[in-house]
Amino acid sequence: MEYKAPVEAYSGVVREVTIGKGKKSLKIGGENILPLHFFDQGSNPNPAKFALEVLDMKPEDWPEHAVEPLRDVISNSVSWAKKCQDFAVDAVSLFLVSTDPAVKNAPADKAAALAKEVAEAINVPLIIYGSGDEKKDVEVLSKVAEVCDGMNLLIGPVLKENYEAVGKAILDHGHTAIAQSPLDINLLKELNVKLSKFFPSDRIVIDPLSSALGYGMEYSFSLVERVKQIGVITKDSMTMMPIIANLGGECWKTKQAKENKKQGLLWEGMTALSLLLAGANIIVLRHPETLKLIKETIEAR
Amino acid sequence: MPIAGSEIVKMLPGKKPCKDCGFPTCFAFAMKLASGGATVDKCPYLSEEVKAKLLDLLAPPIKLVTIGSGENAVKIGNEEVIYRHEKTFVHSPGIALLISDKDDKAKIEEKIKKIKELQFPWVGVNLKANLLALYFASGDKNKFLALVKKVYDSTDLGMVLISEDMDALFAARDICADRHPLLYPITKENIDKAIPKIKANLTPVGLRGGSIEELIPLTSKLKDAGIEELSLDPGSKNLLEAIRDQTFIRRAALKQGFRPLGYPTVAFPCFMAKDGLKEMLVGSAFINKWASIIVFSDFDQYSLLPLLVQRLNIYTDPRFPMAVEQKYYEVGEPDESSPVLVTSNWALTYFLVSSAVEATKVPAYICVKDAEGLGVLTAWAAGKFSGDSVGAFIKKCGIGGKVKHRKLIIPGKVARIKGELEDALNLEWEVIVGPRETTGIAAFLPGFAKQLKGLS
Repeated sequence: MEYKAPVEAYSGVVREVTIGKGKKSLKIGGENILPLHFFDQGSNPNPAKFALEVLDMKPEDWPEHAVEPLRDVISNSVSWAKKCQDFAVDAVSLFLVSTDPAVKNAPADKAAALAKEVAEAINVPLIIYGSGDEKKDVEVLSKVAEVCDGMNLLIGPVLKENYEAVGKAILDHGHTAIAQSPLDINLLKELNVKLSKFFPSDRIVIDPLSSALGYGMEYSFSLVERVKQIGVITKDSMTMMPIIANLGGECWKTKQAKENKKQGLLWEGMTALSLLLAGANIIVLRHPETLKLIKETIEAR
Repeated sequence: MPIAGSEIVKMLPGKKPCKDCGFPTCFAFAMKLASGGATVDKCPYLSEEVKAKLLDLLAPPIKLVTIGSGENAVKIGNEEVIYRHEKTFVHSPGIALLISDKDDKAKIEEKIKKIKELQFPWVGVNLKANLLALYFASGDKNKFLALVKKVYDSTDLGMVLISEDMDALFAARDICADRHPLLYPITKENIDKAIPKIKANLTPVGLRGGSIEELIPLTSKLKDAGIEELSLDPGSKNLLEAIRDQTFIRRAALKQGFRPLGYPTVAFPCFMAKDGLKEMLVGSAFINKWASIIVFSDFDQYSLLPLLVQRLNIYTDPRFPMAVEQKYYEVGEPDESSPVLVTSNWALTYFLVSSAVEATKVPAYICVKDAEGLGVLTAWAAGKFSGDSVGAFIKKCGIGGKVKHRKLIIPGKVARIKGELEDALNLEWEVIVGPRETTGIAAFLPGFAKQLKGLS
C-alpha cells in the first residue's frame, strides 16, 4: 500500500469579518482550512489575532504579578489601552465591568464616553464587552453603539435575552456584534439564526464562552473545535463566523493563576493555545507576557 | 477504517454450519469479529496464513505500546478517533523528564526527587509525570550507563533511553530491559545493524525520521522482523511542522487505515524550544495534537501542574461529564441558622462554589441538584434546573430538617426560576437570588449569614 499524504480540502469558508475603520481596521476569519492546517488545501488569509484586556475601573482582585506590567496605567483606562499597543496587540478589549449593577452600577453615559475616548486614543480596533447583565447591557451597549457611531467597534455580549435591542443598536450605528451563548452548539446556532434575521451574518463574531484550564477548558476546546469543523467541513452557514475566545479573565480568576506568576502565565497560555488550536480567530488575554509567549511559540521556525 | 464483517466472511471456511466457534454461521461469527465481540482463535479451521491475515486486519488502527512495567507501566496508542468530540481519547500521553548524563550529580538527584515528589491532588485524582528520559550527551559511555543504573535502582518508573551511539543504547537497555524502556532513536542509518540487537532483548523502539515518508520503510522493516511496539518521531522542528506531522500520521492511521503509520508518536519539546515556558506551551500543544510520549528538559511545580491539568482535560471522556452526587453537602460545620445554597452537579460547578464558600469561612449547606453534570445555566436551558425540579429536590433532600430558617440562595444566572421555585416549594421557602458568578460569593455570603443569625 502506497502512502499518500492525507491532505484534505473543504467547501466551507469562514466569513471574513472586518472590525474597526480605515487604518484601524482588522480582518478576522476568512479561512477554509482548520486551525494552522497550512498543509491542507486552502488557506487562512488572517491568522489568529490577539487582544489585551483593559478594564473601565482599577481592578481589585488581580495578583501582583498581573498588575506589575501595567502598574503605571492601571487606574486610567485610556493610558492603559494606549500602553497595550507597546505589547504588539492586534486589538484592545475594553470591559465595562463597572456598569454591572452588582459592582458599581455605573451609568451608561459614562461608559459610552469612556469607550469613545479609548477608541480614539488607540491605533488598533476596539472590542467592547458589557458586564454581561442582560438588562443593564441593553442600556449600556446601546449607548456605546450610539456614542461611537460609525467606528465599527466589536460589541458584545449579544445574548439570547437581549439580541433584539442590542443587535439593533449595533446595526444602526455601524458596528460588529459578538453573539454569546453558554457552551452549547445548539444555543449558539439558535442565537445566530435569530440574529441573522435582521443582522448581516458577516458582521457577527461567535463567543461560545471560554472556560479556563482545569475549570471546563475541555468543554470550550471541543465546542470550538466542533463549531469550526461544522462550519469549514460541513458548511453550516450558522457556524461559519469567526470565533472570539475571551479567556484572560477566566484564567486569572483561578487560584492557580493568582498563586504564582509562572503558573499564571502557563494557565492563560495553555488555555489560549488550546482554543487557538481548536479554532479561535481572535483571543483576548490579560497578561502581556502570555501574548508574547504564545506568538513566539506559534511563530518559531 | 475498520474492516467490515462482509469482508471477513470471505476468508472463513463457510462450508457447513459447524458452530464450533459458538455462533450459528460463519457470517454471524464474522460480524462479531468485526465488532470486537469475538476472537479469531475461536475458529479451529483457519490456516496459519489466513489467521495471521485476519489478526492483522482486525488489529486496532493505532498499535498499543507499553513502556515501563508494573503499576508504573504507561500504555499508549490504541486510539480510535482524531477529534475528542467524536468519541474520546483513551491513553493519555506519558510525560517524561529528561536527565542528561552531562547534568551534574546534584541536578540528577534533584530531578529524580522531582519526578517522585511532584504530585498534585486535583478533583479526586492524583496528577503526576510518569516517565524519565535518559540522554547520552557526555560522550563517555560509562557515565551514561552509570546514570541508567542509578535511575533503574532508585525509581520504579518507565524510561526512554536516548543515545545516538548504538553500543551505549543497547548496553543501557540491558541494564533495564525488564523495565520495558523505549529505545530511541532508530533511524534509516542504524536500523539494519540494530534489528538483531533489538530482538536479542525485545523492548519498545522509538523511530526517528527526517519526515513521515522516511518513517514508513522503517516501520515496515521492523514489523517484518517481528518488532511491533513502535513509537514515531517524524522529526518536526517547530510547532507548525509538529501539527502537520501529527495530523498526517493520525489521519493516515485512522482514516486511510495505513498500517505502516499505525503507531503512537513521541515528541521532544525539550529539543524544540529554548525557553522553559515556551517548551511547556509546545508540550501542551502536543497534548492536544495526539503525541503519546512528550519529553521535557525540566519543570517545577508551577510549570508541571498546568501541563498535567491540560492532559487531564483533553483526555477526559466527553461523553460523561464529571458529576458529583446529588445531595446536600456541608462546608465547615453548619448549624440550623447557616445559609443554604443550591447549585447543579457538574463537578466543576460544585468545586468552584464550595471553594468560594470555604474561602468566606462561613459554614454553609450546598444543595447539589442532579443536572446530568451540566453547569447551572446550561442545565437550566436544557430543562434540568427548572424551578419545579429544583423544588422537588429541595423537598426530598432533607435540608429542611437541618435549618430553622426557610431561605434558599439560587445562582444569579438563573434568577428567573425564583417564582416557579417558590411555587414548587408551596411558598414555604423564600428564594434569594445570589451572585451571578462564584467570585461574587465572597461579597455576598458573610453579610447574608449575619442577617440569618440575626433572625434566629
